[in-house]
Amino acid sequence: MKKTRFAKLASVGVAGVLALTLAGCGGGNAASDGSAAAGSSTAGSDYQVSMVTDMGGVNDQSFNQLAWEGLQQLQKDTGIKVGYTESKQESDYATNLDKAVDNEGDLIWGIGFAMADALQTAAKQNPDVSFAIIDNAYPEADLTDNLTGVAFRSQEPSFVVGYIAAMTSETGKVGFVGGMRSDIIDTFEYGYKAGVAYANKESGKNVEVTVQYLESFTDAAKGKAAGQKLYSDGCDVVFQAAGNAGNGVIEAAQDAGKYVIGVDKDQYSQAPDNMLSSALKKVDKAVIEISEKASKGEKIGGQNIELGMSDGAAGISEHHEHMSDEVYETAQDLVTQIKDGKITPPGSEADYDAFVASL
Amino acid sequence: MLNNLLLLIGITLMYSTPLVFGALGGVISERSGVVNIGIEGMMTIGALAGAAVSFLTGNAWLGFFAAGAAGAAFSVLHAVAAVTFKADQNVSGIALNLLGPGIALFVARLIWNGGTQSPSIETLPKILGRGALAGTPWANLNVDVTVPIGMAAALVVWFVLYRTKWGLRVRAVGEHPAAADTLGINVSRTRFICVVLSGMFAGFGGASITLAIISQFTQTAVAGQGFIALAAVIFGKWTPHGSYGACLLFGAAQALVIILGGGVVPIPSELLACLPYLMTLVILVLFVGRSVAPAADGVPYEKGAR
Repeated sequence: MKKTRFAKLASVGVAGVLALTLAGCGGGNAASDGSAAAGSSTAGSDYQVSMVTDMGGVNDQSFNQLAWEGLQQLQKDTGIKVGYTESKQESDYATNLDKAVDNEGDLIWGIGFAMADALQTAAKQNPDVSFAIIDNAYPEADLTDNLTGVAFRSQEPSFVVGYIAAMTSETGKVGFVGGMRSDIIDTFEYGYKAGVAYANKESGKNVEVTVQYLESFTDAAKGKAAGQKLYSDGCDVVFQAAGNAGNGVIEAAQDAGKYVIGVDKDQYSQAPDNMLSSALKKVDKAVIEISEKASKGEKIGGQNIELGMSDGAAGISEHHEHMSDEVYETAQDLVTQIKDGKITPPGSEADYDAFVASL
Repeated sequence: MLNNLLLLIGITLMYSTPLVFGALGGVISERSGVVNIGIEGMMTIGALAGAAVSFLTGNAWLGFFAAGAAGAAFSVLHAVAAVTFKADQNVSGIALNLLGPGIALFVARLIWNGGTQSPSIETLPKILGRGALAGTPWANLNVDVTVPIGMAAALVVWFVLYRTKWGLRVRAVGEHPAAADTLGINVSRTRFICVVLSGMFAGFGGASITLAIISQFTQTAVAGQGFIALAAVIFGKWTPHGSYGACLLFGAAQALVIILGGGVVPIPSELLACLPYLMTLVILVLFVGRSVAPAADGVPYEKGAR
C-alpha cells in the first residue's frame, strides 16, 4: 500500500518535472532579453511595438519570421523599439500577451489567426494598449477601439498563380487543394479559379479546375493522398492552401514529376524542380506599414484592415524558370492591373460567379 | 476505374504504414501488460531523429535506424516509470506525449538554425525507385519501401508472439504476471524489454512519415497518428495481425475520402470526413465484436501481492 502511494507520487513527480521542463522551454525567449534591449539603445522614439508569435515560433520560415523581420526593419528605419515573445502552446497566448503589456508595449501584434480569441480578450482587459492581429478579420461586434484585424486579399496572388497554372498546363486540368472551407480559404480557391477562367478567356483554352478539401491543416499524409489523386486524374499543376498538410501535396508533385504552387511564403526551396510559383502574403510589409501608422498617432483600432498588392502586401514568387517568359511577363502585367484596380479578383463564390459572367 | 482502384490501394498502403508501426509497438507493450499511450510522443521523437540523421548524413537508411534507436531510448523513460517504479502507466504515457514534441522542437531548432521545420531531406526509396512507371496507373503501386517493411514487421511480431517461447512468456506476463513469476519468468525484465521494443517500432513509425511520406520534419508531421494506432490496437484485439488489418482499414477509409472527394458528383468534404469514423463504427459493431484487453494490462506487478 505504502509502496503504491510512493509510486503514484513518483509518477506525478516525474510528470510534473517534465511539464516544468516544457514550460521552461516556453519561457526561454522573452521579449526583454536581447531583442528589445537592442532596441532601447537606438533611442529615437518612445513608441514600443512588440509581437507574440503563435506556436510556430519566431524562426518558422513563415508568418512569424516575416513579421519579426518587418519589426527589425522598422526599428532600423525609425528607431521604434521592438521585441517579441514566443508561444510554445495555445495556453501561452494569454500569458505572453500579458507579458507584452507589462513590458510597456504600445502596440502588440498577435501573429496568426489562431491567436484571435486571446488577442480580443487582451484588448478588452487593456484598453490603453493597441492590439493588432495578422491574418484575421474580426466581426464588427467584436472590434473594440484598440483592436485591429489585418487580413490579406489572398485572392489577388491566387488569381495570378491561377493564370500561370492555366497557361502552363498541358493536360488542360489543374487542381486546388484546400485545408478546410472557410472565408479565408475561399479567397484562395475563388481567386485561383478566376485566374484560370481569365486565362481560358484570354487564350481560348478550356482548362478545368478540380477542387479537393482535406478537412485538415496538419495531416500531410492526407495532403499527399489528395495530390496523388489529382495528379493521377491528369492535373499537371496543383495549388495548395492547406498549411502543413500542403507539404504532402508538394511531395506528391515531386513523386509525379508535376508542378505545384506554393502558398503564403515562397516555397520554392522545398521543391525547386516542381515549384511553379508561390502566392505570397507579405506579412513584413503589413507589420511595418501599420506599426508606422500607429506610431505616428494615426488611428488604426476598431477596424479590419485589408491589404493586397496595391499595398505591397501580396505578390507572387520571383522564381519563374518553369514557365515561359511570356506567361511570366503577362503575370507581371496582371499584378500591375490588379494594383491599378483594373482587375478585381473575386474572393468568394458569389463574386466569382459575377466575375466569370463579366468576362 | 483501374486508375482509381490502384490509387485506392496505393493511398491505403501509404496512409496505413506509420499506423502499422505505431500499432505494433502498442501490441507488444500491451501484451506484456504495460499500457502505452505514449506512442504519439515516441513517434514524434522517431520522426525528428529520422529526419535529423538523414539531413546530417545524407543517408535516409541511417536516419530510419536512428529513428528506431531514438524511439527505443526515449521509451526507456516510460519503462523506468511504469515498470521499474510501478508508477501509473497512463500518467507516464501522457508525460511522454508532452515531452516528445517538446524535445523534438528543441532539437529541431538546434539543428535547423532556430527553424521549426527542416528543409527537404534525403528520403527512403520507393520499391521500384522514384519515378518508375511514371505516367501509368500502375505508378500508384510503386509505394514507399516502408510499406513492405511494415508488413514484414507485422509478420515478425506475430511469429515472435505466437510461435516462440519468449512470445509465450510475454503473453503470460500480460495475462497473469503472478503465475508467470511463479514459473520463473522475470516479469519486470520482460515488460521492460517490451516497452523498449514498442518505442523502437513507434520510432520507425515516425520516421516512415518524415522519411517517406513528406521528406521533411515539421511540427505537425506526427499529428494524431499515435492515437489512431492505439485505436487500431484495440480494434485489432491486441493482436499484430488484427491491428495490421485495422490500420489498413483506417488507411482505406482515408483513401476513399480522397477518391470520392472532388469527383464529378461533388460530395461535401465535411460529410466525407466522417466516413472513416462511420466505417469504423459499423465494422466494429458488425464484424469485430467484443475486444478484450490482456488481463493484466495496465496493472503494475507487485511481487507477492494478491
